[in-house]
Amino acid sequence: MSRQYTIALAGNPNAGKTSVFNALTGARQHVGNYPGVTVEYKEGIAHHQGQAVEVVDLPGTYSLTAYSPEELVARNYLIGQRPDVVVDVVDASNLERNLYLAVQLMELGVPLVICLNMVDVAKTRGLKIDADKLSRLLGVPVVTTVARQNQGMKELLAAAVELAESEPEWRPLNISYGSDVDQGVDEVATILQGAQERRGLLSARWLAVKCLEGDQEVIERVRETPELAEKLLPVCDRVAGHIKNTMDDNPDSIIADYRYGYITGITRQVVSSEREVRMDLSDKLDQVLTHRLLGPLLLFAVLYGIYNFVFWASEVPVVLLENFFGWLGGAVEGALPPGLLRSLIVSGIIGGVGGVLGFAPLIAFMFFAIAIMEDSGYMARVAYIMDRVLRIFGLHGNSVMALMVGGGLSGGCAVPGVMATRTLKDPKARLATILTVPFMNCGAKLPVYSLLIAAFFAHRQAEMLFLLTLISWGLGLGAAKLLRVTLLRGEQAPFVMELPPYRAPTIKGLVIHTWERTWQYAKKAGTMILGVSVLMWAAMSFPGLPQEQDAAWQQRISAAPSAEARLELKSNRAQDELAGTIAGRAGRALTVLTNPLGFDWRANVALVGGFAAKEVIVSTLGVAYSLGEVDPEHSQSLSKRLAAEKGWNPLKAFSLIIFVMVYAPCLATVVMIRKETGTWRWALFSVGYNTLIAYLLALAVFQGGRALGLG
Amino acid sequence: MTPEVTLRQLRPGQRAVVKKVGTGGELGRRMREMGLLPGTEIQVIGRAPLKDPVEIKLRGYNLTLRNNEADFITVEIGEAS
Repeated sequence: MSRQYTIALAGNPNAGKTSVFNALTGARQHVGNYPGVTVEYKEGIAHHQGQAVEVVDLPGTYSLTAYSPEELVARNYLIGQRPDVVVDVVDASNLERNLYLAVQLMELGVPLVICLNMVDVAKTRGLKIDADKLSRLLGVPVVTTVARQNQGMKELLAAAVELAESEPEWRPLNISYGSDVDQGVDEVATILQGAQERRGLLSARWLAVKCLEGDQEVIERVRETPELAEKLLPVCDRVAGHIKNTMDDNPDSIIADYRYGYITGITRQVVSSEREVRMDLSDKLDQVLTHRLLGPLLLFAVLYGIYNFVFWASEVPVVLLENFFGWLGGAVEGALPPGLLRSLIVSGIIGGVGGVLGFAPLIAFMFFAIAIMEDSGYMARVAYIMDRVLRIFGLHGNSVMALMVGGGLSGGCAVPGVMATRTLKDPKARLATILTVPFMNCGAKLPVYSLLIAAFFAHRQAEMLFLLTLISWGLGLGAAKLLRVTLLRGEQAPFVMELPPYRAPTIKGLVIHTWERTWQYAKKAGTMILGVSVLMWAAMSFPGLPQEQDAAWQQRISAAPSAEARLELKSNRAQDELAGTIAGRAGRALTVLTNPLGFDWRANVALVGGFAAKEVIVSTLGVAYSLGEVDPEHSQSLSKRLAAEKGWNPLKAFSLIIFVMVYAPCLATVVMIRKETGTWRWALFSVGYNTLIAYLLALAVFQGGRALGLG
Repeated sequence: MTPEVTLRQLRPGQRAVVKKVGTGGELGRRMREMGLLPGTEIQVIGRAPLKDPVEIKLRGYNLTLRNNEADFITVEIGEAS
């Protein structure tokens, strides 16, 4: 029995690499992240004649330079792990550009199999490709496939295993980059020949080409040996200078020219066009979907449709899950004696995790909708349509999706919103988008708004909600702009982006996409969020009432003349208890800061609790105003109570609304920001940044309003 | 001889051949790896609702770039279609 082979899948984005991976490995996949970067790592197992083969899905790239994390990850994997075979998934309908990566893989010298995918699409475009000739000219096996329909997968796997069994050497392809560059490459390669120990297994020529291309990663490595750098870098500079003088160009663009020259030399012999298709169906669709007037309207309709679909589809499962956790809490309550342990399990663990997991169906449908947009090619058009507007604020066309999902139309969730920023390749624009998503009006803020609007703006409910949507967009975009001119200052990364042809998504692809992301969300709920929920529970439970006080309350409760009176006393006792806890004390201590905003200690405790999840604000306010537990969905009693309460008025309510809209993102979002940015720094920053802005805004609202005589 | 213009000035439907990509750095590299090089035939497919970015077809696929990026690309206009 031979050892287990490893096949790495490389390829351009949109070439069908994911379909090939899914077809080869089925559901046997493992998803993770490459250490230190937010690039997804996927591996799975394929079976060839009873033999297990490991398949690693490299990130989709157009090139093998070292300028994006994806390219660097792909290249470092190939160089560091040296997989037995690399399968390059090539879009047959778009051969020239796809071969640019293939040629670079061949220059590196990896044992290569070309998977000529989507031959069906090429055919409908009138393209005929001679795969045998392509194989002869490139000198590598070529297998034609239609991965979406599982065609050619067995043959592909067989070709890859066959190549692996021959235990191939790495054979770098040498192509000419014109006499000037070639001379420079030879000269640098000769210097590198003498430095075997620095090269490892890489060919001197490949490293020489990279040096001349100005590849920072390779040049850094050269610099680690000063005597080598001293000899080598001046040669690179000289060649670059010569090319600048004679051709007014730089070596890396000459090298790219020659690579494309080599490719067109091959495609000319291999591709024949049976008829010229000037405007294919996809272009015609674009004429409508990105039309000046229709485009934005349709975009709005699609986003609106997504909201309706997500809420409609998730309503039943969300209720079922809520009921399940409610039942579970009740069952535990019945089984355990009253006390701390019961409270910990029911309120801390089941309540906390249930609150987050209860959202899972909603989030799954949201991811499903995003997957449809991505897999169909529409997502790239959203970026295309919206880019001009969002660019003003230092964001990217793609940011709009994340902001919408995060609650741009009221009622989304920041967690999938933050995850939706993965489609953004510009790191600064992405970070700015991540930090802007929490400004949107997510579904959990809405109960708080409803409560306060019903209490103080009852005759203007719809207008108020609309106003709050506008305010959140204004604040979010403003906050993004502020970041982009301060901490995230800098040139915008190139927009240059492929608009992939429209395609019908496959059910399998959608299901796998949705499942992966939802599972990541659920895993977080089970670990990090569980831990912090327990902490929040502790802060709101400890220390309990002193024994003599508790005894006094119990006495008064049992002596109550009627059931109503007993209930009221119980509520008063809960209020008294909350006031004494860590959270209650923190609420009191914070009044020094929050008095200028109009908040009393009760509002403060609610806001502290709201850090766990925003809907907790309503239930905590209920306890603090001694109404007992208040269901966020049915808060009329609390609403009436607040409206009648001395010290509350519309100005104070509005100040609180603004604060809730903007202040620290909820725990689940903070955890997701940590995951997506790869560092706690930005997660903690978002807590501080948002809370500071919220404070200043609420201060301006309350004090400004008072100065105008509104309060 | 047709006068040389930049990609920004092309109208939807117009075809042209790239003469020069007048930028280096990350933008130049990105354009090259997407196959936007001197000698490449392009056709403008359309523009976004706010006239920016622009969508073009080259080498059988569609690419979009912002107007201020298109400024770096000098083209020679071919036949209109």
